[in-house]
Amino acid sequence: MFTSKRNKMIVFLLAAVLLMVAPFLLQPFGNSWVRIIDMVLLYIMLALGLNIVVGYAGLLDLGYVAFFALGAYVFGLLASPHLGEHFAVIAQTFPGGIHYSIWVVMAVAAFVAGVVGMLLGAPTLKLRGDYLAIVTLGFGEIIRIFLLNLDRPVNITNGPKGLMQIDSVKLFGIDFGRPLDLGWIRIESVSLYYYLFLFLVVVTIFICYRIENSRIGRAWMAIREDEIAAKAMGLNTRNLKLMAFGMGASFGGVSGVMFAAFQGFVSPESFSLMESIMIVAMVVLGGLGHIPGVVLGAILLAGLPEVLRHAAGPLTQLTDGRLAPEILRQLLIALAMIVIMITRPRGLWPRPEHGKTLLK
Amino acid sequence: MSDIVLKVSDASKRFGGLQALSNVDIEIRRGQVYGLIGPNGAGKTTFFNVLTGLYTPDGGTFELAGQAYKPTAVHEVAKAGIARTFQNIRLFAEMTAVENVMVGRHVRTHSNLLGAIFRTKAFRTEEKEIAERAQELLAYVGIGHYADYKARTLSYGDQRRLEIARALATDPQLIALDEPAAGMNATEKVQLRELIDRIRNDNRTILLIEHDVKLVMGLCDAVTVLDYGKCIAQGVPSVVQKDPAVIEAYLGVGHQG
Amino acid sequence: MDIFLQQVINGLVLGSMYALVALGYTMVYGIIGLINFAHGEVLMVGAMTSWTVITLMQDAMPGSPGWLLLIIAMLIAFVVCAVLNFTIEKVAYRPLRNAPRLAPLITAIGMSLLLQTLAMIIWKPNPKPFPSVLPREPIEIGGAVISVTQIFILAATAVTLAGLLYLVNKTKMGRAMRATAENPKVAGLMGIKPDSIISLTFIIGAVLAALAGIMWALNYGTVQHFMGFMPGLKAFTAAVFGGIGNLGGAVVGGLALGLIESIGAGYLGALTGGVLGSQYSDIFAFVVLIVVLTLRPSGLMGERVADRA
Repeated sequence: MFTSKRNKMIVFLLAAVLLMVAPFLLQPFGNSWVRIIDMVLLYIMLALGLNIVVGYAGLLDLGYVAFFALGAYVFGLLASPHLGEHFAVIAQTFPGGIHYSIWVVMAVAAFVAGVVGMLLGAPTLKLRGDYLAIVTLGFGEIIRIFLLNLDRPVNITNGPKGLMQIDSVKLFGIDFGRPLDLGWIRIESVSLYYYLFLFLVVVTIFICYRIENSRIGRAWMAIREDEIAAKAMGLNTRNLKLMAFGMGASFGGVSGVMFAAFQGFVSPESFSLMESIMIVAMVVLGGLGHIPGVVLGAILLAGLPEVLRHAAGPLTQLTDGRLAPEILRQLLIALAMIVIMITRPRGLWPRPEHGKTLLK
Repeated sequence: MSDIVLKVSDASKRFGGLQALSNVDIEIRRGQVYGLIGPNGAGKTTFFNVLTGLYTPDGGTFELAGQAYKPTAVHEVAKAGIARTFQNIRLFAEMTAVENVMVGRHVRTHSNLLGAIFRTKAFRTEEKEIAERAQELLAYVGIGHYADYKARTLSYGDQRRLEIARALATDPQLIALDEPAAGMNATEKVQLRELIDRIRNDNRTILLIEHDVKLVMGLCDAVTVLDYGKCIAQGVPSVVQKDPAVIEAYLGVGHQG
Repeated sequence: MDIFLQQVINGLVLGSMYALVALGYTMVYGIIGLINFAHGEVLMVGAMTSWTVITLMQDAMPGSPGWLLLIIAMLIAFVVCAVLNFTIEKVAYRPLRNAPRLAPLITAIGMSLLLQTLAMIIWKPNPKPFPSVLPREPIEIGGAVISVTQIFILAATAVTLAGLLYLVNKTKMGRAMRATAENPKVAGLMGIKPDSIISLTFIIGAVLAALAGIMWALNYGTVQHFMGFMPGLKAFTAAVFGGIGNLGGAVVGGLALGLIESIGAGYLGALTGGVLGSQYSDIFAFVVLIVVLTLRPSGLMGERVADRA
C-alpha cells in the first residue's frame, strides 16, 4: 500500500517535470509542435467545461462551441481596432484604441458566456433528453450564423472576414505575443502561451475537483442519474440545471478569450458544429464525468490527429492524394468514435467502481 | 411539534370522467405507522401522487405538522417535510450508497458553488456534517459497510434500505413508502418489517401503501381502506379486517366472516 | 402573388424531400430511441451512387433515354443504401442497445463523419454536376414556373407516401412495425422478432433517403460529399417538431419546414427592413424547432415513442 502510494508520487513528479520542460523539448522540431500542445490545452479546458454540463449534470449540449465563440469575440471586440474602425463614437471615446486588459475581459467573457448559457438553457429545461441535444445544436448554429452575418446593417462582427489584429496577452509586464529574452534563455511566444494555458488547465482541474466533491456536484449527478428521484429529494432541478449550463458556459467563454489572444484573429469558421461535436466526443470517449478521462479524451482527439497529420506524408503520396492529412485526420476521429464506443461504451477511462461488486 | 403530523380533509381528485378520489379524510398521528390499502384501482396511488405534489387536488385541505400544506412543485414536498420512496426503487445508480444518502441532505443544507470552490469554513463544516450523518443513516438501516459501493451493485433488499436511508436524510415529518415490500421474498419482508418498526420506535411517522395485507395488518397502528376513491373503513387493523365492506371490496359480494 | 405561388411550389418541393428524410428519422427514433445522425449521409450516398451510375451509363450507352437512366440509377441506389443502412445498424447500433444513453449517439455521429470522409475519398471532394436526365423546359402555371424535375419530386413523394401508409396500416408487416414501436417486449411475446423489424425500419428509411438524395441532386444540379448533413439535420428537426415517432408528424413537419424556409427566405428581408435577409434561412429550422418545443413540448402532432419503462 505504501509503495503504491510512493509510486504514484513518483509518476506524478515525473509527469510534472515533463510538463514543465515540454516546450523546450519540442521547440527544436519547430514552433508548430508547441502550437499543437497549446491547442490541446485549450481543448482540455473546453472539454472540462462541457463535462460539467454533460458529465456531471447529464445535459447533452451539442452547441457548446457557441460559448467558446462568444468569449473569443468578446475579447476580439474589446482588444482590437475593429470597433474603433467602424464606429466613430468608439474611436472618439478611445483615441488610443480599445485595449482592455486580459483580466477584465476574462471576467466579462466568463460573465457574458455564463448568462447566455443560462438563457439558452432555460427553454430546454422541460425537454426530454434527446430533444435537448437538437435544441442546443440549433442554438450553436444560430449563434454561428449570426456571427457570420452581423456585418450588416451595422458591422459588429465583420462577418466571414472575422476580427483581426487582436491583442496578445499582456501580463506582469510580459507580452506573450513576443519571445521573451531572459539573457540565458529565450522563450518563444508559443512557449509562453503554453505555460499560461498549462496554469489555466491546472486551475480548471482544481476547480472541477472541488465542485465534484460538493453538495452542488452531487446534486448535478443526482439529476443525471434520475431526475424524478432528485426532485423527490427536494432538489430544485430547474435552478440546478441552469447553474450547470451557466458554469460550463463560463469555462467556454474564458477559453475563447485565450484562443482569441493566442491566434490574434477570430472568424466564424473556427466555431462550427464540428467543433461542438468534437468536444462532446472528447468527454464521452474519455469517460463521462471523470476528470482524468476527460483530459485523456481531449488529448487524444485534439492531439493525435495533429501528430498523425505530420506523419501522413508517405500515405498521401501512396494513394494519389486521396488520403490527404485533413482527410486522414477526419477518418481517424470518425473511426475512433465508432470503435471506442462499441468496445468501451463507458469511455476509455471511466469513473472507477468503488469497492468490489457484491458476489451473489 | 404537533401531535397530528398529517391531516387530510375532504380530498378529491377527478380525471376527466373518473372520480379518482372523493372526500378522503385521513389523520396520521406522530409516531404512527399508517397504512393505506385497498384493491387495485382504489385510488391509493392517486392519493400518494396528490400528497407528493405530482397532481393538484381538486378539493380538500392538507395540513402537515399543523401548517397548511400545498406544494406547487414536486421539489417543494421534501422541503415541506414529506420524503418518499418509489415502488420501482429509484436510486442514483452510478453514485455510491453514501453519496445517495448525502444527496438526501441537500434540502436541509445550503452551501453553493462559491463555498465549494473556495472551501470556506461554512462549507467544510457542512460537508463534514453531511458525510457523518449519511454514514450514520447507512449504519442505521443496516448497510453501513456498503458505503462506498455503487448503488446499482447492491442487492434488491439493500437497495430498498438505501432508498429508505436517503429518505430519512431529508429529516422528514412524514416518510411515505410506496409498496416497499414489492418484489421481496419472505425473509426480506421480515427484515423490512423490523426496519420500519425501528424507525417508528424512534418517533418517526410513516405512511405505508402496501398490497401485502399480512404485512400491513401486523405493522400498522391504523389503516384507511380505499375503494373506488372513497374511504370505506378506517381504524385499527384488527377491526378493519373484519369489516364486511372491506371483505366485500377485496373478495366480492357473497363472502362474509 | 406570382412570387408567393413560386415560393409555395419551391417550398413544397423542398418540403417533400425533407418529409422523406424525416420519415426515416422518426421511424428509427420511434422504435429504438436513437437519433440516427448518419441518416443524412444515406441521402448523400443515394445521390452519389446515382451520379456514378448515370455517368457510367451515359458513357457506355450514349443516347439512352434520360428517364430510363434515372429509373435504373434509382433502383441501384435503393439497393446500395438499403444494404448500407442495414449494415450500419447491425455493426454500430445493435451492440449498443443496452449501453449508456450517450454511447450510440456518439457512434452515430462518428458514422456520419465516417461516411462523409469515405465519400470524400471515393468520389473526391470537388462538387460534381448532376447530369440532367429529365427535360429542362419549365412549365408555366398561374404565373409561376415549375420544372419537370419538380413535378417528378412532388409526384414521386406522393406515391411513396401513399405506399408507406398502405404498408404501415394495411399489411401484416406494418402491424408488426407499429406493435414494435409501441412496446418491443410485448411485440416479442407475440412472436414478432424486434431485430428483424428494426432492420426493416432501417431499410425502409434508407430507400426513402436515397430517393430524397436523387431528388436533391436533380433539383439542385450538383452533388458533393457533405450535401447530406444540413438537409439531414433540418429533416430531423422537422421530425421533432412534428412529433417524433409520429409518421404523420414527420410529413407535416417536413412540408411545413420546406414552406417556411422557402417563403421566409423570400420575404424576411422585406419584413425586417433589410436587417435580416435570406442568408439566415439556414436557421429557420432551428428557430421553428425551439418555438414549437417551447409551446408544445411533444411536437405539433404528439410523440409516439416506445414504452421503455
